[in-house]
Amino acid sequence: MNQKNLNIQIPKFSMVVLVGVSSSGKSSFARQFFKSTEVISSDFCRGLVSDDENNLEATQDAFDLLHYMVGKRLKRKKLVVIDATNLQESARQKLLQISKEYHCLPVAIVMKTSEELIYERHEQRSDRDFGTFVLRKQLRSLKRSLKRLKKEGFRYIFTLDDPEQLKNLSINRTKLWNDKQEETGPFDIIGDVHGCFEELKTLLEKLGYQIRHTGNEGTFGYEVVAAEGRKAVFVGDLVDRGPASDKVLRLVMSMVENGTALCVPGNHDMKLLKKLNGKRVKIQHGLAETLEQLEKEPSEFIEKLKAFLNSLISHYVLDQGKLVVAHAGLREDMIGRASGTVRAFCLYGETSGEIDEFGLPVRYNWAQEYDGKAMVVYGHTPIPEPEWLNNTINIDTGCVFGGKLTALRYPEKELVSVKTEKVYAEPIRPLEKNADQRSAQQAYDDLLDMEDVSGKRILNTKYAHPVTIWEQNSAAALEIMSRFALDPKWLIYLPPTMSPTDSAALDGLLEHPAEAFDYYRQLGVQKLICEKKHMGSRAVVIIGKTPEALQQRFGFVAAHLGTCYTRTGRRFFTDEKLEAAFLERLHKALCGAGFWAEHETDWVCLDCELMPWSAKAQSLISSQYAAVGASGQQSMNAIMSSLTKATKRELPVEDLFARFQPRQQAIQQFTKAYSEYCKATDGLEGIVLAPFHILATEGKVHSDKPHTWHMDTIAAFCKQDPEFLMATPYRLVDLLDEETISTAIAWWTQMTSEGGEGMVVKPLSFIARGEKSLIQPAIKCRGPEYLRIIYGPDYLEQQNLGRLKKRGVGKKRSLALKEFSLGLEALDRFVDRQPLRKVHECVFGVLALESEPVDPRL
Amino acid sequence: MLLSITTTYQPATDLGYLLHKHPDRVQTFSISSGQVHIFYPEANEEVCTVAMLVEIDPVNMVRNLRKKGQSLMLTHYVNDRPYTASSFTSTAIAEVFSTAMNGNCKSKPDLVDKKWPLEVQISCIKAKGDLAERFFAPLGYEILCERIPLNESFPEWGDSYYCSLSLKHELPIKDLLTHLYVLLPVLDYNKHYYVSKAEVEKLLSKGEDWLKDHPEKELITKRFLNRSRGLTRMALERLAESEGELEEETDENDEGNKEKEAVQISLHRQRLETVAETLKEKGARTVIDLGCGEGKLMQILLKEGQFEKITGVDVSVYELQKAKKRLHWETLSPRKRERLELFQSALTYRDKRLEGYDAAALVEVIEHLDADRLQALERALFEFAQPKLVVITTPNKDYNAKFENEDPDRLRHHDHRFEWTRQEFKDWAEKIKQSYRYDYEISLIGEAFEDKGGPSQMVVFLIT
Repeated sequence: MNQKNLNIQIPKFSMVVLVGVSSSGKSSFARQFFKSTEVISSDFCRGLVSDDENNLEATQDAFDLLHYMVGKRLKRKKLVVIDATNLQESARQKLLQISKEYHCLPVAIVMKTSEELIYERHEQRSDRDFGTFVLRKQLRSLKRSLKRLKKEGFRYIFTLDDPEQLKNLSINRTKLWNDKQEETGPFDIIGDVHGCFEELKTLLEKLGYQIRHTGNEGTFGYEVVAAEGRKAVFVGDLVDRGPASDKVLRLVMSMVENGTALCVPGNHDMKLLKKLNGKRVKIQHGLAETLEQLEKEPSEFIEKLKAFLNSLISHYVLDQGKLVVAHAGLREDMIGRASGTVRAFCLYGETSGEIDEFGLPVRYNWAQEYDGKAMVVYGHTPIPEPEWLNNTINIDTGCVFGGKLTALRYPEKELVSVKTEKVYAEPIRPLEKNADQRSAQQAYDDLLDMEDVSGKRILNTKYAHPVTIWEQNSAAALEIMSRFALDPKWLIYLPPTMSPTDSAALDGLLEHPAEAFDYYRQLGVQKLICEKKHMGSRAVVIIGKTPEALQQRFGFVAAHLGTCYTRTGRRFFTDEKLEAAFLERLHKALCGAGFWAEHETDWVCLDCELMPWSAKAQSLISSQYAAVGASGQQSMNAIMSSLTKATKRELPVEDLFARFQPRQQAIQQFTKAYSEYCKATDGLEGIVLAPFHILATEGKVHSDKPHTWHMDTIAAFCKQDPEFLMATPYRLVDLLDEETISTAIAWWTQMTSEGGEGMVVKPLSFIARGEKSLIQPAIKCRGPEYLRIIYGPDYLEQQNLGRLKKRGVGKKRSLALKEFSLGLEALDRFVDRQPLRKVHECVFGVLALESEPVDPRL
Repeated sequence: MLLSITTTYQPATDLGYLLHKHPDRVQTFSISSGQVHIFYPEANEEVCTVAMLVEIDPVNMVRNLRKKGQSLMLTHYVNDRPYTASSFTSTAIAEVFSTAMNGNCKSKPDLVDKKWPLEVQISCIKAKGDLAERFFAPLGYEILCERIPLNESFPEWGDSYYCSLSLKHELPIKDLLTHLYVLLPVLDYNKHYYVSKAEVEKLLSKGEDWLKDHPEKELITKRFLNRSRGLTRMALERLAESEGELEEETDENDEGNKEKEAVQISLHRQRLETVAETLKEKGARTVIDLGCGEGKLMQILLKEGQFEKITGVDVSVYELQKAKKRLHWETLSPRKRERLELFQSALTYRDKRLEGYDAAALVEVIEHLDADRLQALERALFEFAQPKLVVITTPNKDYNAKFENEDPDRLRHHDHRFEWTRQEFKDWAEKIKQSYRYDYEISLIGEAFEDKGGPSQMVVFLIT
């Protein structure tokens, strides 16, 4: 190794083990060529655990720590350099074992610095107080080590003899062969072909590929032009059992060669390679047919075939890591890594070691536990229909067994199939039909995992910064969710909290629309909608066109027409019959209005207020509001009559009289205020539903439409049953048009003086963004009388109001935004048919945030 | 709140001497969270009435709570405190009438021990059921308790827990004040204030001579000890409040309930011992107690050396905290600590931490789950956690017939979602046997009632 410019290449993801005696220059080498965070040195670890880098007594603990840190980096797919002598085989074995565990390629770099230089350096160092006999011993170990590294399992070994070499050395990091992240597709991923040439040809043509048989041996006899910008990806198992494995191989090799296809190996392909390489293999499972078909092929082709099969990479990571193709699928912790275990998994999948009644290995369905970001497309196990499960899909639809050959179009997620022409082989194990009517995902979603909800969580949404859910909030939410909430399959949304306006600048009022308008004006929102705020109970309603449609979409075994739940996910109606009557009445109105056809859906999720308040909150009203009203009126009357008597005695009670007389009136007004929202109901009689958002229908979350669309669409079906359904009155405001502002304020004043709760001011668009981030989707502005039941009967007394106006709404607003974005994210994920746990974690997050302490009067 | 005391003692205006408050003056005193005003609406030779007006500043009251680090709910802001007699009233009495209450009267000492015809009017007090009668009648009072309706516009809501209370008696005024001082907060029984133990003793010393013979001595004492609620509880209540659903206060003064409660406590003990015995008999070494509550079963199991690992799981952080306290978690010896584990989980989710145990116990747990969520528990338990042995107990609905004058469909606990008859329980066990790899045997717990079986039923599932 005496070239002037030395360049060594190591895999981008590898474990680099430095091997060399003390003072051979390992640390300075590491410093020169690697980032400081990539290097873990044993001396450093000794220092961490004992305050002394040379403390040999601390070696065991130091290496425990080193191994732990190495493991953490490899788990995160980060290159790591181990700066220790690594002269003992046992020390290297431990590292190799860790690299294996994380499917990482081990690299050894040996520092073979000359002995004179080492002795010279050792003399100069003051921190090494051991004698030169130690060095001599180390040098003997180094010699022994050099011979063994290859055998021990290091995949790349580099030896550097001369410190001069380092001056001309460069280290290149090469990406792994499975890394094709720069290939962004679009792709057509094709399932197990098994020699079904005609079906493959038909499928490719259906996908828009042009195939020409040229007979030109240079391109294996075929010329393929890909569909516009697309590329095929074969999941492997090209051969065996079928009628024309030879032709399939020629076609695929030609496509791979001219760049119109990628191919990963299947177990059958690899067994064929073994056979062609002269290894002994059992001729079974259709290999005989393949060998027979290949017999007529010239030996040059066989050589090229061997080279082709030999070149196949276990799996590919495509499209910025968003897509993975492997023959039998791949666990998340193996994706983009390389080891014998990874390759075996790609070829055979995971088996428990058990053998079933057909003599085949029992397969463990790894996809059930898959939770990765990448979509995994695979084949290997024939099934009647491809099915999504946790963002993975098996597209081996048993072509050779009389099924069909299937392609998945990516990113469209569209399935394209060609029926087989005949049954070429009988399956050993019959193709399993799914026992219940539901999809694999829905069946899987029957039971969620604690890991999906517990502990501290960070949730990403499209709308705002990641939302952090703290452990104590998750813990509180877990109790509510598991003890009181509906089946998680229903809970595709929970409503966010809403902040009030800043305190009113006007005297004698705590809230006023002007502050809501100011808030939006300052953030550059011009068009607003003011909706009447109903005073009832929040209700989320999910209702289907038919019970069957709903069952199919939501994945229940039992049929319902729908459900209605509260803001914390509880069933709204404790009486099942009442719920049924409620849903039927709403259903009738939706059908009457032609809702299903108009919106091309057979279900809808509505955000509503259900009146009267007393229908749901009677126990709260009795124990809280009525209690205060009743006791207050009684005492105030007694006080006033005593003070009146005292006045007659000409006692100086004028001050007391002046203070208490307004309070006597205030408590009456308090009673009047809450009584407004109470009404006797009898079954459904007296119940009014006011929907105000059409949250989602099949394939759509309607957060892209302005509130006027929601209002109009809702008004259209409310007309069907005006006694039961209430369209929400509203006013539009243009902040550049003073007249619309004064009209809205006058409207608010009138509504609230008639006992109304107030209004909600929203940007006209459902989702509004400012320069930096999301803007409050709504600000509530409550009337002065309503606020008595929140802030107390006497809150308008000057001394009280002054103190109350000092409230801060910051925390409430921050919660409102987090909950709003999580709620929408949950809907998006549901509509996108993501696994339930992805929906549930968002909904769970809303509930967890709701347990956060915040001034309840806001 | 207004409390007034009227006398017809002649001359009635002597009341002013006894109380050290001049009938022609209006006086104001400060107490924490407010003021007390004293004036006489009526004062002549024949009749004299003193009025004590307690004026509470609600905003200030909340500030005091917040200083103590309580997390607040709506009820802390809008409540009956300014309007009803409560511990504030006692504070006011102590502040304003302490000399009279202690029986001192320098100018007319002979008046102190004299029995006066007295009538007390309390504008409003919370007095559930016949409590006012039970507390005051044994002391010789004539009681008039006028119920206040919740809301006159909604007669169907019925009466509130409040009444305006009038008490008549002939007794020394110092005794009257002492009675009011002790009994008003006992009636009110407001949970929002924490009364320290030292203060309780102080209060009880006021009532020493008359309380010891009072038939309701126990209840009176108990109601002084307000329970403070843990912070975790508050988080849950916040959520419940936003729903408009507050848990009803339990009425512990109901005699019938008390007896039933005693029966249930002993039954629970029996149940736990049966379960522990079963686990021991079947040779379990590692046990997971699912729905461990405050850890009573764990405590029993801990005493048996056979159990090498005892893990408690509950969905409620509050219960887990109680369990930790019961098990002296913070000071456990290393050997004991090794045997014990506690964590939060919910049985409607799959949880890998539940796997690998010899046995699982679910004592009175399943009935707290909605019937339609039971399937999730079944899978989490029998398909995934898969202990070799599962012991489950649940109430026997057939036994409810014993509690005669109760509706047989009435559930024994407000959080029970269902209660099963013996047949329903057996059907369920059979279903588990058909769906999973378990066999079962059923037994009953507690003394049988006629042919209805014991109060509780138990099933033991064994993996096959």
